[in-house]
Amino acid sequence: MTTPKLSCSFLGMNLSNPLVLASGVLGTSPSLMERAALSGAGAITSKSCGPEERSGHPNPVTVSWECGVLNAIGLTNPGAHAEVSLLRETKARLAPLGVPLFASIFAPRLEDYGEVARIIAEAEPDLIEVNISCPNVASEFGTPFSASEESAAAVTRTVRKAVSLPISIKLAPNVPEINRIAQAVVAEGADAITAINTMPAMLIDATAAKPVLSNRTGGLSGPALKPIALRCVYEIAQAVSVPIIGTGGLSSGIDAAEMLMAGATLVGIGSAVINDGPSVFSRICTELATFMKDNGYAQLGDVRGKALT
Amino acid sequence: MNPVGLFSAFRVQQKRTENAYTCSLVLNDSLPDALPGQFVMAWLPGIDERPFSLSDNDPVRITVADVGSFSHALNQLQPGDYLWLRGPLGRGFIPRGRSHLLLGGGYGAAPLSFLAKSLCAQGDQVGVCLGARSRADLLLVEEFESLGCQVWLATEDGSAGKQGLLTALLPEAQNALKPETVYACGPIGMLTTVGAWARTAGLPAQLSFEGVMRCGVGLCGSCELPEETCQQLGLAPGFLVCHDGPVGEISPNHFS
Repeated sequence: MTTPKLSCSFLGMNLSNPLVLASGVLGTSPSLMERAALSGAGAITSKSCGPEERSGHPNPVTVSWECGVLNAIGLTNPGAHAEVSLLRETKARLAPLGVPLFASIFAPRLEDYGEVARIIAEAEPDLIEVNISCPNVASEFGTPFSASEESAAAVTRTVRKAVSLPISIKLAPNVPEINRIAQAVVAEGADAITAINTMPAMLIDATAAKPVLSNRTGGLSGPALKPIALRCVYEIAQAVSVPIIGTGGLSSGIDAAEMLMAGATLVGIGSAVINDGPSVFSRICTELATFMKDNGYAQLGDVRGKALT
Repeated sequence: MNPVGLFSAFRVQQKRTENAYTCSLVLNDSLPDALPGQFVMAWLPGIDERPFSLSDNDPVRITVADVGSFSHALNQLQPGDYLWLRGPLGRGFIPRGRSHLLLGGGYGAAPLSFLAKSLCAQGDQVGVCLGARSRADLLLVEEFESLGCQVWLATEDGSAGKQGLLTALLPEAQNALKPETVYACGPIGMLTTVGAWARTAGLPAQLSFEGVMRCGVGLCGSCELPEETCQQLGLAPGFLVCHDGPVGEISPNHFS
């Protein structure tokens, strides 16, 4: 059998492979995003940017253990206006590599989402990913917009009105019916869905008798999140027909294949960067190609949705 | 996932005064597999968490200058108190050859003492140049001497050793020692000067960088070295101090 094809198309873009650098990991500077692209990522997502500069939470902001990672960085970002020049520079570096740039945005209030999207659109990213599901700022921002169909739909409507670029809405796993939330945002014009964000969680240090993170709770990622992400994407894929960027705890080519089988078109890679560094992308691509070859899959379309039927 | 990602609770076993504003905290255990040049994230619950390189690992020792609120809190710890560490993290020094020149600017002396100890233990030849503002600011001089290292000193006010910056010692130390590799830790200006000097001298250099450390495991991007620094030193752009470093290796061939 010939070498399987990892190239794919997504909302009219052509990607060399389905792996996307997930938002929040290494997406802070043009040089780091270029490094991830050179290391084999098919697309890059920048770190979420909001209306104003934020320094984020005090340390500790990250701990990891054998089952995963817990983080509460606190949406550190330079503010939308400064982000535009950072994204422009990044796009200029990624374009010759044929790697699309997805710009992640967030906002504390519904009405700010449109404004942030309008500002970020000036940098002409290939897609705007709308983060409505950061689990680590509830004490400042209140309940995430991802928590209900109504609030998720309202953000989508606001961003849809503000920009004509493709938009993907990033959903949270900790909701009773993620498929209904997916339907609600698609009905308001979402071109794609990113699923899932991290899962709210806590680690306590017994000797210290305190939560480890300064924010007390954080977002769980890494291997412990994978089965939750697979279930969410599986349910979303049955509910909507837009493409899904399936993200959560994936760290191998087999993991990526499983996420494609759950119905994802692209596959987000985040915490797996811990072990390999940015070179994680080339490893997962090689593993995915090997898996496909060994199991008679010629292209990604043959793998996608395989577990749905 | 990373088995060193969680905190372990250590107790302060001994507190040693190094100079008027710096102490070393000797803890009650060592870290498995820690290498000279690697770092730990030290945590005091409810206060803060910051990176420190190990100044020894038999048992763990960190050397802390009282220059901010967290380092002040560390300086207040007493024998028996808890200190939480996660690590060892990052990449340390990789000794090459049998004759080594160690360059420590200010607090940069700390990780070099751990390196000197392991090099001297295998019978290698070790020279150490230490620089500081004045005699009172020098760190760990006696420790390097007692390990058997040849030590050169420079102070900006001339109160000990040669007057001037540490880099003024380089020609003399090079002549005397004929090192095969140079290892440096200190302020970024010193590291770039050392990098340029090592290139001219045709010597490989291992430079230990400082960064704004948050996650410590290569995810958040906050400790990335500025692109200009990478360019000056011949490091690949996007160098993460926590993941690619803290020790970055500069080969003289990078500049050809």
